[in-house]
Amino acid sequence: MSSNPVLRLSRISKRFGPLRANEAISFDLKRGEVIALLGENGAGKTTLMNILFGHYVADEGTVEAFGKPLPPGDPRAALDAGIGMVHQHFTLADNMTVQENIALGTQSLWRMRLDRAAARRRIEQLSADFGLAVEPAATVSTLSVGERQRVEILKALYREARILILDEPTAVLTPAETDALFRTLKLLVAKDLSIIFISHKLHEVMAVSDRVLVLRSGQLVGERETGATDRKELAALMVGQEVKPAEVSPVKLGAPLLALERVSTTPYNGAGLDKVSLTLTAGEITGLAGVAGNGQAVLAALIAGIRRPTGGSISIAGREIADWSPRVALAHGVARIPEDRHAIGSIGDMSVTENVIAERYRSPRFSRMGFLNWKAAGRFAEKLIADYDVKCPSPEARIRLLSGGNMQKLILGRALDPDPAVILASQPTRGLDVGAVAYVHRMLLEARDRGAAILLISEDLEEVLALSDRIIVMSKGRLSTPSSRGERSIRELGELMAGHSGEHSDHAA
Amino acid sequence: MRLEPKPAPSLAVTLLFPLAAIATTLVLTSILVLAAGASPLSVFYLVAKGAAGSQFALLETLTRATPLIFTGLAIAVAFRAKLWNIGAEAQLYIGGVVTVVLGTGALPLPSVILIPVIMVAVMAAGALLLLGPAVLKTRFGVDEVVTTLLLNFIVLLFVSMLLEGVLKDPMGLGWPQSQKVVAEAQLPRLIQGKRLHYGFVIALASAVLVWVVMKKTVLGYEMRAVGLNPEGARFVGILVNRALMKTALLSGGLAALAGFSEVSGLKGNLTLDLSPGYGYTGIVVAMLAMLNPLGVIASAIFVAGIFVGADAMSRAAKVPSYIADVMVATSLLTMVVAILLTRFRIRWR
Repeated sequence: MSSNPVLRLSRISKRFGPLRANEAISFDLKRGEVIALLGENGAGKTTLMNILFGHYVADEGTVEAFGKPLPPGDPRAALDAGIGMVHQHFTLADNMTVQENIALGTQSLWRMRLDRAAARRRIEQLSADFGLAVEPAATVSTLSVGERQRVEILKALYREARILILDEPTAVLTPAETDALFRTLKLLVAKDLSIIFISHKLHEVMAVSDRVLVLRSGQLVGERETGATDRKELAALMVGQEVKPAEVSPVKLGAPLLALERVSTTPYNGAGLDKVSLTLTAGEITGLAGVAGNGQAVLAALIAGIRRPTGGSISIAGREIADWSPRVALAHGVARIPEDRHAIGSIGDMSVTENVIAERYRSPRFSRMGFLNWKAAGRFAEKLIADYDVKCPSPEARIRLLSGGNMQKLILGRALDPDPAVILASQPTRGLDVGAVAYVHRMLLEARDRGAAILLISEDLEEVLALSDRIIVMSKGRLSTPSSRGERSIRELGELMAGHSGEHSDHAA
Repeated sequence: MRLEPKPAPSLAVTLLFPLAAIATTLVLTSILVLAAGASPLSVFYLVAKGAAGSQFALLETLTRATPLIFTGLAIAVAFRAKLWNIGAEAQLYIGGVVTVVLGTGALPLPSVILIPVIMVAVMAAGALLLLGPAVLKTRFGVDEVVTTLLLNFIVLLFVSMLLEGVLKDPMGLGWPQSQKVVAEAQLPRLIQGKRLHYGFVIALASAVLVWVVMKKTVLGYEMRAVGLNPEGARFVGILVNRALMKTALLSGGLAALAGFSEVSGLKGNLTLDLSPGYGYTGIVVAMLAMLNPLGVIASAIFVAGIFVGADAMSRAAKVPSYIADVMVATSLLTMVVAILLTRFRIRWR
């Protein structure tokens, strides 16, 4: 490992209005080094990488790549300087082949003929060198998520990237795919590439990085050699205090509340459901693990009421409900915490007050004769802000201005306030900082102890393991048989997630 | 060059930007005034004087603002829910048709009953006219910009057919015009001997009512939610399509009132030149008001003032009164840019 830096960020600052997204952040990246950039959502990781990659212009500070200053605000210059970025959401053309995607934009428009054979040879060479197995002639739409990520990495390598930025790369991977990715990273580093690995998962950071930089509220609060630190210290740095894991009391099962009977749906953000049966019981958290795109999205949408089944039945407390919709779900005491709090869970340009009454504005508490009772609504908003410790300037502030954690607390408060019988929590802690995650977990466990039936859908296996009394794995639109707390090992669950086992059954749960 | 989002603008900024937009408009239109060989300062002075320099001028401006308040409100309501109603012109004419159908002696009723009856019928007709495009949008995903815009031409031809046929005034010397409405169906003048009529008062009251609906009622809340985030609105249990239907009914009804007010309050009969594009100018009015119902009053008076003032100015300064169209159009463009600047910051580089 040579000691001269390939990338140097000097005192990068960036403000959005009163918000200091980055404040005087400096660090060096050495040749052949893996840096982990750790921090809660809103800590400034993404802003920093966007500045580095030229999407934003820093207010102050400079970026140097290989000893030469990088002109600000020019993604092209970043690419030319050998910086490659693998975004969390892939940027591939689905209807084109792997090879076309990789070669796209690398050859002059004025060339009469593409040199396909040479491109293919290079891609195959790179695949073999770095363990990125993928068929160049395959159409991208037929690939798995893990394969698509490999294509993204190949794309960067094909452009001769010497510095690779990976933004939350493991969020969409199975444990086995994650292991494969980490092996690839080791091979890359062995060839003297340098890597910035953005994550909020501590165990991954510990597994792959040489050095960890911790960001908090836009500031670089800690820099540790990975070998000389541990998860506890990093977690404390991230949130500024030590975090205790949630304590789980013994389960007290009640009556079955919500039941899906052989329910099928059309595909929606991934696979559709294929004759899924599932019963949620009072006093129990059912955890649904799985790789993204295997039907979790449509299951959540179905229970939330925004999707209808094409077959099968939904019943609540034993009574079949024919006309299922968001209103009907709410009326039957089903609380929903949606996966996407920005697109679906909130109306960004409306105020906190207007958002917290959204599910109940028609009730006599908040409206009479078609007129809204803004006083009652305002009191309710203030109560939630106080009870859930939400940091926001005022109940009149647009909810868009709140951080992800504070927004999620409000959505949680809105859902839990009426003391719901059934709770659907879909990726409830995605993108939240450690402190907010612990808070959300505590609230869910409290609701369970009060006797709510909870379905927790999460791509974060650790979260599912920590909270669930019963774990079900979803794969290709079907459910595995359930296992109780601690019954299956992570490896067994991982195999179910990858769909390798024939354990799926129609009458799973 | 790129745009970066800014936090919510303060009230001062929100009020300042429209003024800055108007100032920019004046600078830009100065170029055309100079090209016409006149002095911009004297031309703008003459426009202002022609719009508000005397009692006559001021009353004329308010008279001209009346239909613009109605159409501006119609557009403001629809655009809040992101229902792009470009058909206020058609709804206005349908309002005029219903006014003369019911107001030329068909209903022998006293004024206090006849006028409310006509208004209800007018609003129902305008509402139904916009309901068609709204149903097509919610059921089949047909773009309402296209359907409402094209309906303008269909309705204008329909009115032309009526005025050459069943509604044609037998005493009209062959002109395509309807009979005059009876005295009971006329809105009285606000000041004896002047043109300003009670339609202006109804317009002001409508603006206040619409403001109350948008701010204080469940319906207004649903409309705003649907406009800002339809997916989010659906998730929390708002019946999105039903809210859009209600929006369409309210918007169409308001635009139709413009036609009623012009026929009943000012012209007395229906002709093909009832509206010099009030339905389209209503879009400018609503945008200048940033879709605020009370702001519509101010922006309608402003736009009307430019048109009235430009007429007076062109007689004195020999600059064509088309400068008014340029000023109104430019003010729309500068206002759109101003709204953009309240929400985003521009970075050069």
